[in-house]
This record gives sequence, structure tokens and C-alpha cells, in this order.
Amino acid sequence: MRELIMQGCYLAASVLFILGLRGLTKPDQAQRGMQMAALGMLLAIIGTLLHQDILTYQWIVAGLIIGSIIGYPLGKFVPMTAMPQRIAFSHMFGALAATLVGVAEFWHDYHEGITISAPKMTALGFEVLFGALTVTGSFMAFGKLQEFITGRPVTFKGQNFVNLILFASALGCFGYLIYDPTNMTVFFSMIAIAFVIGITMVLPIGGADMPVVVSLLNSYAGLAAAATGFVIGNNVLIICGALDGASGFILSIIMSKAMNRSFANVLFGAFGSAQISAGAKSAAGLTVRSISAEDAAVQLGYASKVIVVPGYGMAVAQSQHAVRELAELIEKKGGEVKYAIHPVAGRMPGHMNVLLAEANVPYDRMYDMDEINAEFASADVALVIGANDVVNPAAKNDPSSPIFGMPILNVSDAKHIIVMKRGMSAGFAGIENELFYDEKTSMLFGDAKASLVKLVGEVKSLE
Amino acid sequence: MTGNYIISLYVFVLAGFVGYLLITRVPPLLHTPLMSATNAISGISLVGSLVAAGGKFGAVSTALGFIAVICATTNVVGGFIITDRMLGMFKRTEKPAEKPAAAPTESKHA
Repeated sequence: MRELIMQGCYLAASVLFILGLRGLTKPDQAQRGMQMAALGMLLAIIGTLLHQDILTYQWIVAGLIIGSIIGYPLGKFVPMTAMPQRIAFSHMFGALAATLVGVAEFWHDYHEGITISAPKMTALGFEVLFGALTVTGSFMAFGKLQEFITGRPVTFKGQNFVNLILFASALGCFGYLIYDPTNMTVFFSMIAIAFVIGITMVLPIGGADMPVVVSLLNSYAGLAAAATGFVIGNNVLIICGALDGASGFILSIIMSKAMNRSFANVLFGAFGSAQISAGAKSAAGLTVRSISAEDAAVQLGYASKVIVVPGYGMAVAQSQHAVRELAELIEKKGGEVKYAIHPVAGRMPGHMNVLLAEANVPYDRMYDMDEINAEFASADVALVIGANDVVNPAAKNDPSSPIFGMPILNVSDAKHIIVMKRGMSAGFAGIENELFYDEKTSMLFGDAKASLVKLVGEVKSLE
Repeated sequence: MTGNYIISLYVFVLAGFVGYLLITRVPPLLHTPLMSATNAISGISLVGSLVAAGGKFGAVSTALGFIAVICATTNVVGGFIITDRMLGMFKRTEKPAEKPAAAPTESKHA
């Protein structure tokens, strides 16, 4: 009877999780969908508490309370600008939980003298491998996003060779354990190596490639959970793990595609370290036209269609609220404002959308690259705020450029282009941007937020 | 024994397919909420952690399970709250308290 109720809870939970994710396919149903998923989680927990192996509840209750105390502020008060690092950080927690459960399982069987069967050891191996490398990998990603670890790619000679050796030795340990699952030294060595792999894997990856890494770690955390399900024979874990694994994997592929790079290239390529000087066109002899806030305000104020292109610079300057204010003013004057969002703008998938939503920009004004690219031709002004590589025409017409082939926003089709930028430094990929030298382009130099506040003031005074 | 793992594999592969079909339909607009949602859901490791923490498998298992329960609960609680908070911010044009004059330019795109 107990077993029946438990399995019923798990089944209901699995269905609710799937319905919850389905909610995310429609913005207006998403919130309700996630409430269903949360209900599913509650059911899964209640079901588990009926498990016949659970004899004492004090540690469980203590753990649940402490976890809730830590989790609540992490959910309630972390600002949206900190979302990428917040997500990387929680991948670490999820993976750590899976790893620890794996170790506990191994430890238990070892001391009870139970010989672990080959299929179980395989699952257990995947669990701790994926778990351990996600723990340190996510920590590194967190560090890079929070900027206590350098966001630049860290590379050294023979790096890929070292990684290969590490990877091979982890697999060697894994293979040996399936053959002889009683060797605890090998088990813990494998975990230690996986921890190191997590570090060396993320170390050479630069800040702009973080969307791929964060998605990939999301996938690994899911796979670790699925492996846990295999180990303890629990379907709800397998289902959730598979859903998460698929989600992270799809996102990382979308991100890689949006950068026109293969998975392998992101992971082992250390973008923009070697090619920078080789591929980039020289800027010598070209001049940029800078524009004053007054003149920019006139262009914007009398435009009938403005497309805003936000980039990571907007997030850094925290200027999304000023952007919305400017957009409202333009709309009041009869202009139309749309937002064009490149898939890899920012530091994680959908980063810009969340920031703009936080600033009360309605989501039906935000457009994906494919939806909006044809519209630039009819736009009076394209306003580029802190974006660089995603609007670089070199991706289209300079085969020697490292970003050649990457899909970009067709900003140069607009009648006028205003680029807000701190200075003339190159983008994350370290590539010169021809767009800035285009005769239709005017540069509005300075901190994005300060410039926007000035623009808002100027547009207001146009009346 | 092996039979159970085969069934598990079926479940895994089929759930993966469902995941693939669902996730490819999630618009880029909601990719960040999707990540935080899957992150919250991956807190399902809690199920394994609870058994380790509450079972009589010895002090080491209990200790490891206890830490795992804390980690997983943090993800579940924090993950669902932040996803909900985030999704609450996504609003359509017509709703917010704007003057009706600004609204009629309904954006219909191909």
C-alpha cells in the first residue's frame, strides 16, 4: 500500500513536471505551468518520505529547513542582473547533491560487503563523474561571471593534451570500477579527477562563450540526476534528469549555432586568443562620427520606427530602465519601438529578455533575430546599446574574420544607426567592428546609463 | 536485476524525447526562465538524498545525505521562487497601466 501511494506520487509528479515545462512554450501560461511543476516537486517529496528505508526523520527535517533558509533569499532577492551567476551557482548545488548521494550509495554497499553489479556501477560512475565535474565546472563559471576569476580565456601550452590525459584517466578508472567495483581508492580517484576536469574544462572559455557553458552544465546536472535514478531505481529522477539533460543540451546547441561554432570549438577553441591580430581588419585610416545627445535625441524623437539592440553592455551599465523610459517617450511621440535580441546577447540564453522584462518592457515588443532581421530596412533608427560582435558586419563579408559566418542582426540596413559605447575598444571577441565606421553610423560615447538619461531629458525637451 | 536497468533505460530515452519535443518549442524569450526551471526541477535529487539521510545506512551515509538534502532543497526552494518571480515580470503590452492612446499600435509581425 505504502509503495503504491509512493509510486502514485512519483507518477503524478512526473506528469506535472512535463506539463510545467509545456507551460514554458507560451509566455502567458508559463507561470501557471511552473506552479504545477512546484506541486509536482511537493508530491515527489511527500511520496519519498513514505519510503520504507527511511527510519529517522530528524536529519531530513533539519536538512529541509536549512535548505529552505538558504534557498529563499537566493530566490527572492537575487537581482535579475545576477541571473547568470545565480544559475551557475545553483547548478553546483544540484550536482553536489547528486555526487554525494552517489558516494553514500557506494560507501554503503562497500561496507555492507555488497558487490555492486556492473549495470549499477555504470550508472553510479556516470552519476559521480557528471556530478563532480559539474560541481567544479559550475563553480568556475560562477567565478567568471561574478568576476572573481578572470573572464578571459586562460590558456597554456599543451592544454588540450593535459585535458585529454585527464579525461582518459577518468575513463580508465571508470572502466576498472565496472570490472572491480570493490576498489574504493579508484572510486575516489575518479571523483578527484572529475573535479579537476571541471576546472580545466571551463578555464580556457571566455566570458562571451558563457551561454554555451552554462547550458552545457545545466545538461550535465540533469544527466547526473538521471544517473542517480538508475542507481536507486527511481523513475521520477530518471524522467526529470532526462528532461533537464535534453533542455541543457538543446540550449547549448542553439547557442553554439548562434555563434556559428561547433561544440568542440567552444570547449577547446579558447576564442579570440590566437586569431585576434590575424583576422581582424585594421581600423587605420577610418574615422568614426561621434554624435551629441542633443542630435541623437532629435533623430530618435522624430523617428517613426526605432529598433533597440541591447547587448551585454546594457546589462553592465544597468541601463535597462532608462531604455524603457526612452522607448516610452518615443512611443508617446508616435514612434514605434521594437527590441531586437540576438540569441547570444548577454551571458546566458535569454539574458536580455529577462532584463528588459524586469524593466517593464512588454514581451511582445521583444523579437528574436529571425523575426526582426527583415525589419531593419524599414527602421529609421537602430539604437545599439552595448552590443558589438552580434552586429558586426564582418561576420557576413569578411571571410578572414574569426566570427565570419555567425548570424548577426542586420543593423546596417537601418536608415540611421546610433551606437552607444563606452569607448572604441573591441568587443569580447577582440575584433574591430566596421559598423562603427559606416557612414550611416553615429557613435554616442559614454556610459550607457548616463547617455540614456541624457537622451531621455533631451527627447522630453523636444516638445 | 538487469531487466530493471533496461526498463530504466526505456524511461530515460522516452523522457529524453518528450524533453526534446517540448524544449524545442520554448521561445528564446523564455530561455532564462527555462534554465532556472530545469534547475529547480533538477533538485529532484532530493528524492535520493532523503533516503540517504533518513535511512539507517551508517553515519557516513547519513552525513552525506544530510548535506545533499540541504543542497537539493536550496535548489528546489530558490529555483521555483526565482522562476516564478521572473515569469511574473513578463507582461504583454495592453495590460500595464498605460494611457489607452499608446496601445493601439498592436505589433503584428510575420
